[in-house]
Amino acid sequence: MPDRTVPVVLRPIERLGDSVLTSLESLGRFGAFFGSALFSTVTPPFKPRAFVARIHYIGYRSLIIILLTGAFTGMVLGLQLYLTLSRFGSEAFLGPAVALALIRELGPVLAALMVTGRAGSALTAEIGIMRITEQIDALTVMALSPFRYLVTPSILAGLVTFPLMTAIFDVVGIFGGYLVGVELLGLSQGTYFGEMRTFVRLDDILTGFWKSLSFGVVVTWVCTYKGFYGARGAEGVAQATTQAVVLSSVLILLWDYFLGTVLP
Amino acid sequence: MIKVEGLKKAFGRQPVLRGVDLEVPSGSITIIIGRSGGGKSVFLKHLLGLLRADAGRVLVDGVDLTALGSRAIDRIRERYGVVFQGGALFDSLTCAENIAFPLREKTRLGRAEIAKRVEMALGQVGLEGVGPKYPEEVSGGMRKRVAIARALVTEPEIVFFDEPTTGLDPILVNSIHHLILDLHRRFRFTAVMVSHEIPEIFEIADTVAMLHDGRIVEVGTPQVLQQSSNPVVRQFIRGEPDDRV
Repeated sequence: MPDRTVPVVLRPIERLGDSVLTSLESLGRFGAFFGSALFSTVTPPFKPRAFVARIHYIGYRSLIIILLTGAFTGMVLGLQLYLTLSRFGSEAFLGPAVALALIRELGPVLAALMVTGRAGSALTAEIGIMRITEQIDALTVMALSPFRYLVTPSILAGLVTFPLMTAIFDVVGIFGGYLVGVELLGLSQGTYFGEMRTFVRLDDILTGFWKSLSFGVVVTWVCTYKGFYGARGAEGVAQATTQAVVLSSVLILLWDYFLGTVLP
Repeated sequence: MIKVEGLKKAFGRQPVLRGVDLEVPSGSITIIIGRSGGGKSVFLKHLLGLLRADAGRVLVDGVDLTALGSRAIDRIRERYGVVFQGGALFDSLTCAENIAFPLREKTRLGRAEIAKRVEMALGQVGLEGVGPKYPEEVSGGMRKRVAIARALVTEPEIVFFDEPTTGLDPILVNSIHHLILDLHRRFRFTAVMVSHEIPEIFEIADTVAMLHDGRIVEVGTPQVLQQSSNPVVRQFIRGEPDDRV
């Protein structure tokens, strides 16, 4: 609320200053939040059970959606790339085209978006509900750090599960492309996989790996932060969940572009 | 002893605590009353170190909580037990696991010893056999009892109760109050409770403090409060509508 002692002509400047300060404060808190999570990763007591539970929560429970989207992405790629490549008489390159598109770009990005939609939103909602029902305060007053139980295991689990989910997405996608290109459209199996072996390099696989690793950190960081600080009341939890998914998705795409320009 | 001196807190430009002064003697039951939105829970959060004061001090046995870092505050919290308004039970754990949680995480006790203490704690609050159930599977009154058992299982020196009877029927309110009184007689902890339950709290309190408009306006024994000439206190105790003050 603007201060009534400020002259009317200066009030827009006051409001602008207020919003800049609020934004800077949020940004600082966002950074400090990650700092606290990192601190908990290197100082005992460690919580391996919470870490394993988070891998199950983020990774295992996202498996079906990853299998489904991976398969259909590969099938669509197989179909569209076959039609395009066959115009130039280059359908022999279908295998490497599908594999490179998946491994370098679509696998990490789509897998991250899918896991964000399924597990990221659930993570924000769960932590948000724990916040509004004072479960996080209960941990704090027991002299137990909520970071050790909720945030750090989630970020570490993101580091493990996102590359794994991406790898599964890639493999299933390549198989989806095989189903369409080889089984449906008649390309030879040897050509599909043989050309892939020729054109896909270790650098391509590492590019996808680094991307998925960083998406794992970004998504779990954003989603736990939004649940931890963003939720006030039931409506607040709903808003925080939406914000977490939107912000994570936008950051995935921005970060993907950035990494695409710096990685080989 | 807990001593609060000139505690002030504002959210944005809205002052909530305007200089609270209060002493909580060791081993006593001190109950803070006041109207909804009057800052009682905010005050309690300062005693728990969950909020940072704008000004003033919170002294726990002479140590100023407001001047401590988070690790030092945790050392003070080791002596605390807290019963939150809604219980704040971990909904992914059973009632028994909730009670076992602080023992499992903060002590080196073995599984058998923890199970024994959990059974004992459940017995103390009259909930034998409820251990395997999840918080959502038991009634509101039972949840409060589980929360009390969890708060007391580590045998804390100071126990905070944030409106422990909110939303319960009068019989359960009395039952929870008598449970608290009974446990207090057995374990002699210092109790700080925020409550609206007039006149029931007069039966269990050693000291009652009325928080109004961000300040303690009256403090004393239940008799002192009941005979207070302060119109704000009289109105609150009698539950008179606003236009009388």
